[in-house]
Formats: sequence, structure tokens, C-alpha cells
Amino acid sequence: MASSTKSSSKTSSKSAKSSKNGKSDAGGLDESDVGAKTDHLELFRQMYLIRQFELACGENYSKGFIRGFLHLYIGQEATGVGAISTLRDDDYVVSNYRDHGHALARGVDINRAMAELFGRATGTSKGKGGSMHLFDVVKGFMGGHAIVAGQLPLAAGLALAQQYNKTDALTMCFFGDGSTNQGIYHETMNLAAIWKLPILFFLENNMYGMGSPIENVRAGGIDFYPGMATYGIPAVEVDGMDVLAVQEATEVAVERIRKGDGPQFIEAKTFRFVGHSIADGQKYRGREEVKEWEERDPVATFPTRLLEMGLVTADEIAETKASVDEAVAKAVEFAEQSPDPDLSEIHNDVFA
Amino acid sequence: MPEILLREALKRGLEEALENDPRVFMMGEDIGQYGGAYAVTDGFLKKFGPERIKDTPISEQAFLGAGIGAAAAGLRPIVEFMSISFSLVAFDQIVNMAANLRYMSGGQISVPMVMRAPTGAGVQLAATHSQSFETWLAEVPGMKVVCPSTPYDALGLMRSAIKDDNPVLVAEPALLYTIKGEVPDEYYEIEIGKADVTREGSDITLVSYGYGMGPTNGAADRLAERGVSAEVIDLRSLSPIDMDAIVASVQKTNRIVVIDNARRRGGIMAEIAADLQQTASEWLDGPVMRVGSIDVPWPYNRGLEQEVLTDADDVLAAVAEGYGL
Repeated sequence: MASSTKSSSKTSSKSAKSSKNGKSDAGGLDESDVGAKTDHLELFRQMYLIRQFELACGENYSKGFIRGFLHLYIGQEATGVGAISTLRDDDYVVSNYRDHGHALARGVDINRAMAELFGRATGTSKGKGGSMHLFDVVKGFMGGHAIVAGQLPLAAGLALAQQYNKTDALTMCFFGDGSTNQGIYHETMNLAAIWKLPILFFLENNMYGMGSPIENVRAGGIDFYPGMATYGIPAVEVDGMDVLAVQEATEVAVERIRKGDGPQFIEAKTFRFVGHSIADGQKYRGREEVKEWEERDPVATFPTRLLEMGLVTADEIAETKASVDEAVAKAVEFAEQSPDPDLSEIHNDVFA
Repeated sequence: MPEILLREALKRGLEEALENDPRVFMMGEDIGQYGGAYAVTDGFLKKFGPERIKDTPISEQAFLGAGIGAAAAGLRPIVEFMSISFSLVAFDQIVNMAANLRYMSGGQISVPMVMRAPTGAGVQLAATHSQSFETWLAEVPGMKVVCPSTPYDALGLMRSAIKDDNPVLVAEPALLYTIKGEVPDEYYEIEIGKADVTREGSDITLVSYGYGMGPTNGAADRLAERGVSAEVIDLRSLSPIDMDAIVASVQKTNRIVVIDNARRRGGIMAEIAADLQQTASEWLDGPVMRVGSIDVPWPYNRGLEQEVLTDADDVLAAVAEGYGL
């Protein structure tokens, strides 16, 4: 097995690099970003919101308010936030079981998301879905799917509908490195490519499928984007700890898709700082490796960079944090005070 | 009334949906240029074009899953499996996605998708191409399952399936594609979840569906020769099951045999039998008798296959064993 230190330092040495059939000039931050349409503070706010939301989830799992499986997005905030920031309202976002971050970045109401985790009637799925199955159709957030790679053809079908209806809307589909060993992953890549579907495949490579390092379960190393050449799908790699790099790479891909170029693929190298789920003791990896990635924590490093560049003030950061902290506390309060679903709900929503 | 083949009845149902609703499109292996393995979609590609008649790669998971996504986005896909045995490859998508999405999303997402699949044994296709998995899917909440035995039912059920806002499996008995039957020109639908009493009688109830209706009707004819009046029920829908129709018949006849062309073990007839012993035992003069094909993988050899298949003799044996008739 290749050492994890190696994978870490390798990815940290660049923000984006091109595959043979695609390129990205995504880079870091510079003064020219001042006045850019993207609101850096908003990117920070979203990442910080996800972080605080996830911490609150962990806390309320310990208290017994949240049950079932709970997969936290801590460490991966820059990928979801950067990628989703490039979308329009009529686009779709599809996620896997680690879906809280994607949902919040897409604008799903924090109160209803937390209530769903608490299993309450006010939740996004009225308490019938739970952590792994967040949905908000009004926001174009099409789930929350918990069979690994099972969401890929669903996303392809949503994209097919966008193509069929002759719109230039697109579908962004998130999945992890574990998905890539499922047959359905390859089937969907092929289908999307031959039909030129308006879909962005977004791989969040966090180096582990549950407790299995990629090197143990995949032939061909830890890079997945070169394999997309097989399907003729343009693919790039990006530093998933750099929200602006992710945003820039995604903007390029999104523009191509809207032009009718067909599917695009982005692989973000990222890392979860916590276990696979709340029950994971992380016996399969060393503390050093986690620490090394934590030094690049986007929620900590991004505001520091913004401050150093003079793009935001310390007051603005502090105000943002305070308002997010309050919103998260209120979401927990909202969830806790919401009623359980009535038992009569059992039979509702089976059939349309 | 004009007579047409069951295959032609299905084709008419599909064609009028494609003509009348721009949201309807079809996907499947070789449904376009080839015209469909059983020629149901012959000519569709030319008439409706490649955007609506989509030939797919041999990737059942991906194209069935794409159908689910397209349906979730408001289209009305009709997805064909070349054989219901191939649906096993896509069972994760059918069960975990198509059937569960509505409930998991708290009612936010509907999946108005039709799955079509030839089903059943009898043409020497051996173990992997002769099975009848409509009985498995009938027990999945969120799924509807229908299976016609006549051209009339095939058209009426197809119309209802396409109009339904839920995932519906239309299991098409492969052996019946070329049977003929009367189909009126006037528009009609057949409600999903309603059984059909195809023959009224007073002495015993025989329940079956799809290809099982052949041996069931054969047994009813032979019982009539002996002066035994059989009431015959064609389920038409396996999910929901029309238990009311079955119980009403049992209240009249006090005797029942349930007959499946699929393997005997498990399946839809076991469900009906279990339900009846709980809800209708006071009306029954004997045990609920269950007939099905022998519980082995389907053999290739014609003699072996015919022996495994349910036939009228099996039905009559059950009538005699259970009720001495």
C-alpha cells in the first residue's frame, strides 16, 4: 500500500491538473478576485454552516436524538460548496449517503434538514428518510441515496429529461471513490457518453471506501480521472480542499455541458476528518495522516487567506460565524421541538 | 369485434401513448432498429424517431435507472426488459429506487414509469430465460404489477399502466404474444387492482393469471363435462391483489384452487392462500389448494419442461384432492 502521506502531499502540491482529454486552469486566490461575482464570504459562510451543522449532528447523535447511520461531511466542505455554487436554480443535484453538505450548499432549509435527522414530522421527508435520504425537489436537490453508486443512473435520467426537454439545465451528481468499483458506475458513464447527457460527474475522492484505502481495493492507483478517457468523457482533477479551485474547475465543466458538449468529470481529492460514520473508530488509519489533512482544513484556511488578502475583515468573519452558530442552534431547537410524525403517516406516500 | 394478436394489442397501447403524450418515450435493448425481440415495437423508430425510441446498451441497471430519473423529472418512460429474467440485474434500481423513492422523499418524488418484460416458460429457453419474477416484484411496496392473459386485457392494462403515476411492471406472458382475441375500436381502460371473473360458477373457484389461465380454463371445461360448475378468476393485477373479488367468489362456491404458472413455492398464490385462511376460512369447505410449476430450475428438454409446467391435469388433481370433485 502506498503511504497515505504520499497521497496527501501529492494532492496538496497542486490545485488542479489536466487529464489527457481535458484541462482546467483552476488556481488559487489572487487580488483579481476582488469584485468577482462570487461572494467569498458566502462560500465561507456555507462551509462554516456545514461544519457547524455536522458538529451539531454528532452531538445530537450522542444525546440519542439522531439514530440510524450518520455520515458526516466534515473535511469535505470545500468540494460541495465550490461545485454547487456554480449552478442555476433549474439544475439538479444528486448526492450519496453523505448528503448533508450537498443539501445545505444547495440551499435546503437547515431547520427542515435537522428535523429530518431527528425523524420529525417537519423534516424534509416528514421523518421517513433520515440522514441518508434528504430530498428537496423545490430546490432541485434529488436525494440522498444510500446504495453505493445507485444514484448515478438516476442522475443520468434527470439529465436525460433535461436534454429531452431541450433545456440547457444540467445535473450534478456526487459520488465517492467507493462507487467506482460498482458495475453501474461504468454502465452509467457509458450511457451518459453515448447519449451526450448534460451531466457533471463529481467524484469526491476521500481516499477511503469506509475503512478500505483505495490502494487495497482498486487496480490502477488512487487517480480515477484518467480512466474517463475510456468513455471519451473530459476529466480533470482538482484540489478538493481549495473551494475556489473547485469552483473554477466546475465553472469550466458546467459551461461545456450547457454548450452541449455532453458529460464532464471532476475528481476532487479530499478527506473526511472523521470516521466513515459515527460508529467508526478509524482503526484503519493513523492520527498523523488525519492531522496532515486537517492542516489544510478549508473552513480554517479559507478565511485566513481572505483576511491576508484583505478581501474580508475580521469583523465580517466573526459576524458570519455568529449568525451561523445561531442558525444551527435554532435548527436543533426547531428539530427538538417538532412533533414526531403521526402514526397515520405510515400508509401515506407509498403510492402517488 | 375485430380480432388482433396480444402483441398487436400491446403495440396499440404503446403507439397511442407515444402519439398523444410527448412526455412518453421508450428505452430498451434492440427496441428501435431491430424492432424489439418480440416485434412489439416494430416500426416505432421510424415513426417516432431516436429521441423517443431509444436503443440502449446491454446495461439494464443503467437504463432502468435512467428511466427512474427521467420519470422523477416528469417524463413518462416505458422501459423494456428483453426478458423478465434480465430484470434481476436491475433489481437494486427497481426496488431501492423506483419503489422506495416516493416514500423516502416523503411524497416529493413520483416515478411514473412502465417496465415491460416478457415472462414465463414453455418455449425451451431453459433456466435463465424462463422465470416469472413478477411474483417477486408484487411483494414490493410502491410497485404495481399487472399481467394480461388476453389481447383485450393487454391493451386495457397497458393504457392504465402508462397513465399511472407509480412504477408499474407489465409482465407479458411470452407464450401468449401470438394469441388472438377481440379488441374493440372504442377506447377503454382496465383498472389496475381489479380482477376479472371470466367465468361464473357455483361449485368451486379457480384463480390464476397470465399464462396460467390456459390450464385453468382447460380444467374448468373438463369439470363442466362432469357437471361441476367452476368460477374462474383472472387476477390481471398481482399488486394490488383484488382479494375482495376472490373472497366474494369463495363465499359463493366454498371451495378454491389457486393456480400459478410460476414456480409453486412462495409467490403470489402463497400470499392469496395465506390471506384466505385468515379472512375466509369460515366460508371454506376444505383447504385452499395451491398449484404451481415444479420447484426446480427450468429444464431445456421439451418433455422435462412440459412436465415441470402447470397443466390442467395438475389443477384437476388439486380439485379432487382438496374437495373430492
